Amino acid sequence: MTTNISKRIARCSALVLAGTFATSATVALAADDTITLGAAISMTGKYSTNGKNTLDGYQFAIERLNQMGGVKIGGKSYKLAIKYYDDESTSARGAQLVERLISQDGIKFVLGPYSSGLTKAIAPVTEKYKIPMVEGNGADRDLFVNGYRYLFAVLNTSDYYLREAVNLLAGQAKKEGKKPSDMRIAIAIENDNFSQDVRNGVLEDAKKYGMKVVVDDKLPPEINDMSATLTKVKALKPDMLVVSGHDKGATLAVRQTSDEKVRVPMLALTHCDSAQIAEKLGRSAEYAVCASQWDDDLSYKDKWFGTAKDYANGFEKEFHYAPPYQAAESSASVLVYADALQRAGSFDSEKVRDALAQTDLMTFYGPVKFDSTGKNVAKSMVLYQVQHGEYKVVAPSKWAQTTLVYPAPGWDPRK
Amino acid sequence: MSLRNPSSTSPLRAAPVADGATRIAIYVALVALSLAAPFLFQGIVTQLAFLWLMILFALTWDILGGQTGYNSFGNVLFFGLGCYAATVVQRDTHLPYFVALAAGMGLSALVALLAAGVLGPLILGMRGQYFAICTLGLSIAAADLFAGWEFVGAGSGIVPALYPGPVDERNRFFYYVLLALATITFVTFRLLYRTRFGAAINAIRDDEDKADAMGLHTTRYKVAAWMLAALFLGLAGGPVAGLVGFVDPRDLAFAGATFGVWMVLMAVLGGKGTLWGPVIGAAIFHATQEFFWTYLFGWQRVAMGILIVAIVVFFPLGIMGGLRARWPQWFGEVVDEAARPARADEGGVGDERVA
Amino acid sequence: MDNLQILVAAPVFNLQLLVDGVLIGSVFALAAYGMGLVWGVMRIINIAQGEFVMLGGYVALHAAGAGIPPLATIPIAAIVLYLLGWMLYRAVLFRLVDRDLFTSILATFGLSILLQQIANQVFGANVRSLDSGLGTLSFGDGQITVAEIKLVAFGAVLVLGAALVLFLKTSRLGQALRATAQNAAAARILGIDTDRVYAATFALNAGICGAAGALVAMTWIIHPYLGLTYTVRAFMIVVVAGLGNLPAIAASGAALGIAEQYAGFLLGTEFQTAFLFSLLVVILVARQLALHRQRLYLK
Repeated sequence: MTTNISKRIARCSALVLAGTFATSATVALAADDTITLGAAISMTGKYSTNGKNTLDGYQFAIERLNQMGGVKIGGKSYKLAIKYYDDESTSARGAQLVERLISQDGIKFVLGPYSSGLTKAIAPVTEKYKIPMVEGNGADRDLFVNGYRYLFAVLNTSDYYLREAVNLLAGQAKKEGKKPSDMRIAIAIENDNFSQDVRNGVLEDAKKYGMKVVVDDKLPPEINDMSATLTKVKALKPDMLVVSGHDKGATLAVRQTSDEKVRVPMLALTHCDSAQIAEKLGRSAEYAVCASQWDDDLSYKDKWFGTAKDYANGFEKEFHYAPPYQAAESSASVLVYADALQRAGSFDSEKVRDALAQTDLMTFYGPVKFDSTGKNVAKSMVLYQVQHGEYKVVAPSKWAQTTLVYPAPGWDPRK
Repeated sequence: MSLRNPSSTSPLRAAPVADGATRIAIYVALVALSLAAPFLFQGIVTQLAFLWLMILFALTWDILGGQTGYNSFGNVLFFGLGCYAATVVQRDTHLPYFVALAAGMGLSALVALLAAGVLGPLILGMRGQYFAICTLGLSIAAADLFAGWEFVGAGSGIVPALYPGPVDERNRFFYYVLLALATITFVTFRLLYRTRFGAAINAIRDDEDKADAMGLHTTRYKVAAWMLAALFLGLAGGPVAGLVGFVDPRDLAFAGATFGVWMVLMAVLGGKGTLWGPVIGAAIFHATQEFFWTYLFGWQRVAMGILIVAIVVFFPLGIMGGLRARWPQWFGEVVDEAARPARADEGGVGDERVA
Repeated sequence: MDNLQILVAAPVFNLQLLVDGVLIGSVFALAAYGMGLVWGVMRIINIAQGEFVMLGGYVALHAAGAGIPPLATIPIAAIVLYLLGWMLYRAVLFRLVDRDLFTSILATFGLSILLQQIANQVFGANVRSLDSGLGTLSFGDGQITVAEIKLVAFGAVLVLGAALVLFLKTSRLGQALRATAQNAAAARILGIDTDRVYAATFALNAGICGAAGALVAMTWIIHPYLGLTYTVRAFMIVVVAGLGNLPAIAASGAALGIAEQYAGFLLGTEFQTAFLFSLLVVILVARQLALHRQRLYLK
């Protein structure tokens, strides 16, 4: 009957596609003189902006390394290359395509995706195939409790993002002759992996000081308005408002606190620089305190990029936007691989994995040294504050360029 | 009630394309191919597993949408409930992996049935677009509720237990589980559509008031159809969670804007109200999507949007519907040549004697 | 519930929630005006409604980037979207007019994905915002604050609503629209060019959404994925208010906004949307039960 024709069509298309997939394995591991790193990149979907930052970071580092002669293994120089697919910002896709990279495209070294959720979905895959993954954009500390041996993260875990803000607040309390436990905190986070972790870090440190959390809101991802939360803030007058919601959270927070003239002594945010609040939102962004994995004013330095400032200038020249830390940490991941590959002197993923575990490297992004779970324990988060339209590091004191302005002045003097 | 009469030479003879023996051979070939696929196409086992999931999605949508006439945009609710139920069982009981999975799937089935059983009578009283949007609202509300519920990890979702074995074994395992589920769904529906139940739900689709007036307990049938769909959707949740490795409330479990709408599209593409329509629609949709994703880098969603509009605007009857309008005799319908122009098919009416 | 206590202890914040609710709801009401029009006249439920709003916002952003004063971007966005709506009608939507609602939902859903993804590719997924240059009114020592741009939005809703009502009642095209909505076949017999009516309706809808989008860009933020939020709220408002009733749509929009604000305040913002959709389900079920009782009565 008719069905078998339709069935045949379906079957044929499936076969054709299968054939296409099988033959699309384009890159061999280290044939000729290229080492290919594989990655899942969020080119579409909610993470596409940061996905682009990540990709640009990877490519910038690869170009620079190749310019400088590539990676030397066994006396021969190898160029680096990257093979990537679009994970559409969803975990299912991410895991699927990393599998594809490993089993079909023959990739032996994986670079991380953007976001903790995707990294969480991909880590079991690389772990099972025993392929190392060096990532710079999955900060959730849950990633490091499963005993993964092949996962290495150059960045600080997300709970550390704003702990320093709580510490700063405690410090300010003492300066004003108050007790840290007198300080009150309001939290508004986007309801996702990363932001929940940021919140957990803040809650833990707040508890240490005995500070009270008076508002604890979770914003759904599609929310474009946080006025209900801000009304609560107006009513309860906390000393610090913590907002974490990727770029959207940072933009909304600055926008709406300004519009609603909500005065908080300290507004602590994440993703300020990738949201470009100082550039795009003008005076409203003044005095916002931002968490960052990296800042181009820090005095880190390495042999590939020079100082952090050199990296930033070079990046901006090539990509026409100032590199947010997402790009920097991606570049750092590539540097870590290059260093490990050279030390291992081999393409064997076990040897490379072991070399990675022994990393002790200074980069423009900061020092990198992994503990047994794969976390980078040598680097610390920084906090900066928007002052006169620029991001100035205010904490930790070792790296501070300037002092914190606290409390943030009211809205009227600013306009 | 078959109108086929192969031995007659009258112009009213229907012309089946293949007789019994060929049909059986084709079935056997299909089954063999499906069983062997993970070994033949080792690089795309996950994609193939998802193919079976898509077929299941399309079939379960169609029982209510194409067969009963109630277009639900919220069937993904049951799938999400299944994902969470199975994963919570794995997380909170410390049973061995496969036992936990089975138990989890059992709980998923119960939860899904319960949800359909409770919501059904309330919501299935609505007609047309109100039902559609109400179900859409349900699935979105569910996504947000689960994303705010700490017990299931809120926005961070849950990570199901790790499969005790290498990745390719895991993928093969879940491939077979989803294959089995999809096949059971298909066979169940095939048998069901030939019974009084099938006639009843078709009657509801064709003219609900008349059916009601004739004494058919329409609500019971509608709810039963929905519960059946919910059952299979719920069962699929656990395996998919195990395969993907991470249950995200919005991206996987209650993925209304993706799975939820694709369910509808696949059935419409293949031809709603037919048995093989959803299957074919799912296969083609899934293959096209994978194709776009590989080759249209970054623009695959745009292509998807265009495809959706094209399907709905130009192929409202779907592939099966279109084939049937063109060659109704293949479907066992007797064609009165003289009256042919008048038979411009409405789709969905008439003997569906397929395979 | 401590949040409830806040409201009881300091009633002035109720006023803030009310004001915010009405102002926020008014922007949704704009999207609802258009949706109701298209649904009533063309029997199409436009799932791409939110995407028109989003595109209007981007037009406003680019217009402002080209040096046009922010408030003047509102009519510009309206005009550009009007043209886009006209073109979309001529290209695709004219085929949907005689089909059932289900088909229109699916097709416009495809359209919404298309527009959303093209916007993502062309504009990037960055969150953008436009400074309206207006200030903020402040009452009671900062306890109640109202951004002036929100008042502009509210004003726009009232003005547009009145203009629409006037248009539909007095102008020839408006009357043709109403006639077509009542009975398209009869309208055709009477010599009305229903095709032109449909095109005008859809274009008008897009134009209204465009204006709403410009307001959204100035009041909040714009990004390629904000469409569904507006589509669904517009739909909810139309379902509650009824198709032809513009004042009721405005009122329902305000009510919806207020409900959302209270839900966000009392239940926590993570349940704001869930509350809204649950409310939708409850409203629809209640409506269903009321109709059912009517039907039983009629038997």
